[in-house]
Amino acid sequence: MNPAIRIEGVTKRFGSIQALAGVDLEIPQGEFFGLLGPNGAGKTTLISVLAGLVRPDAGRLAVMGHDVVSDYRAARRQLGVVPQELVFDPFFTVRESLEIQSGYFGIRDNAAWIDEILENLDLTEKAGTNMRQLSGGMKRRVLVAQALVHRPPVIVLDEPTAGVDVELRQGLWNFVRRLNRDGHTIVLTTHYLEEAESLCGRIAMLKQGRIVALDTTANLLRRFSGHTLRLRLAPGAALPEALLPRLSADSGGEHVLALERCEDLEPVLASLREAGCRIDDIEIGKPDLEEVFVRVMHRD
Amino acid sequence: MDGFLTLLYKEVLRFWKVSFQTVAAPVLTSLLYLLIFSHVLEQHVKVYENVSYTAFLVPGLVMMSVLQNAFANSSSSLIQSKVTGNIIFVLLPPISYRQFFAAYVLAAIVRGFVVGLGVLVVTLWFVGLSWQAPLWILVFATLGGAIMGALGVIAGIWAEKFDQLAAFQNFIIVPLTFLSGVFYSIHSLPPFWQQVSHFNPIFYMIDGFRYGFFGVSDVSPLMSLGVVAACFVVLTTFTLWLLRIGYKLRA
Repeated sequence: MNPAIRIEGVTKRFGSIQALAGVDLEIPQGEFFGLLGPNGAGKTTLISVLAGLVRPDAGRLAVMGHDVVSDYRAARRQLGVVPQELVFDPFFTVRESLEIQSGYFGIRDNAAWIDEILENLDLTEKAGTNMRQLSGGMKRRVLVAQALVHRPPVIVLDEPTAGVDVELRQGLWNFVRRLNRDGHTIVLTTHYLEEAESLCGRIAMLKQGRIVALDTTANLLRRFSGHTLRLRLAPGAALPEALLPRLSADSGGEHVLALERCEDLEPVLASLREAGCRIDDIEIGKPDLEEVFVRVMHRD
Repeated sequence: MDGFLTLLYKEVLRFWKVSFQTVAAPVLTSLLYLLIFSHVLEQHVKVYENVSYTAFLVPGLVMMSVLQNAFANSSSSLIQSKVTGNIIFVLLPPISYRQFFAAYVLAAIVRGFVVGLGVLVVTLWFVGLSWQAPLWILVFATLGGAIMGALGVIAGIWAEKFDQLAAFQNFIIVPLTFLSGVFYSIHSLPPFWQQVSHFNPIFYMIDGFRYGFFGVSDVSPLMSLGVVAACFVVLTTFTLWLLRIGYKLRA
């Protein structure tokens, strides 16, 4: 079975900026994949190259086995892209925009699927409204709808929840989760790392046009993050010397200790007991992707 | 519907939705030209035997409308799509560069024809016309619209801002159309300017188009057809090349 996306040795330079510096990546069908990185890391360029909006200097890309350059028509039929920027055609209504987009992909009589998308994205009541009259969040949802009109097996969402309120965001993720369950491959870029953590089975982190981390979300959390223990000791109590190597933050009387594993908790508490430290407050923090992200981006 | 037909439909729908601005306004402008110029010059200018100046003027105005509006359609659509970013909706689907070209140019011809027909219908209230060779009328209107549609595609792709497109329109398209014999026969010009006019391809479009009405023209209609057809082939080839390499559309 062809992978949903195959990227081999892709480079792209814009003037003096090396936007992509040799990216290799394979995303199997059915995966919910996260593409993370700081601004300017090359995420949008990689998506643009995949979608045929930008031409690579070197390397090959294929969507569902179709080369995006030599077999671009088949590749584009397999791909739905939700662009990062909030773009719309001010001449048309929501329904017209979706009908026209369907036609671009050679689909006639797409009304039933368009109705379903509109309903799932809570846009049914706005179907006859001109795009200019929609709020930013609504326009964002229409962009999602436009990417789905041709039922692409691979869907790329480039920061789809920017500017979308919490309720709509939840609705959008429920819909995208359902698409993923139905077999669609989802590639997501987002700055909301908690979203990526809860949605993506596997994550690639890009930095300066290179993939600097690529693993399952669980493995990344295990490798680059861990549990933390937040302690507030009684006034006058000092942290035992044996625990100082674990200290990752210390401010305002609150100590944050790193725990590689849950089993490390008992020895830490034992040290505190032996030192006679009285604990005023205690809290265990779970590993999170934000910490992974920060660590990956700051390591050389 | 396939991608090409949808893009053509979208481009036609786009100008039709604002037809007050894209159709009615240029028809009114041409009518004003006709009223003013015919009022001032009807008694003073005689270009062809048995053809009044007002009658002479009408085909020129019709063709000028066809040409200017064909250019305006493709160029304004592309620059708007580029500036607002919605060009992405056309670039993401499996539409080939040839389909892209054909859709924009055909929509430009449609807009040119709609406005040209509007001008013709309105001006027919004021003057009767003869129809000596209707096929020539159609051929020159189609080729002229296609040439200006292709030029509009080039300008729309090249321009990054609205003022760059306005400069293209105001400093190239408008002077070429105004100085092409819309309002006069080039035989009325001094020899030097007659020679200069022969380097203006729009002169041949208007002259050939006018031949279709009156059966007389400043140069042979076959020569006009040759020049216009050659222009069409050159511009089409150039525009297709720009689209194939993705000039300013696909980085």
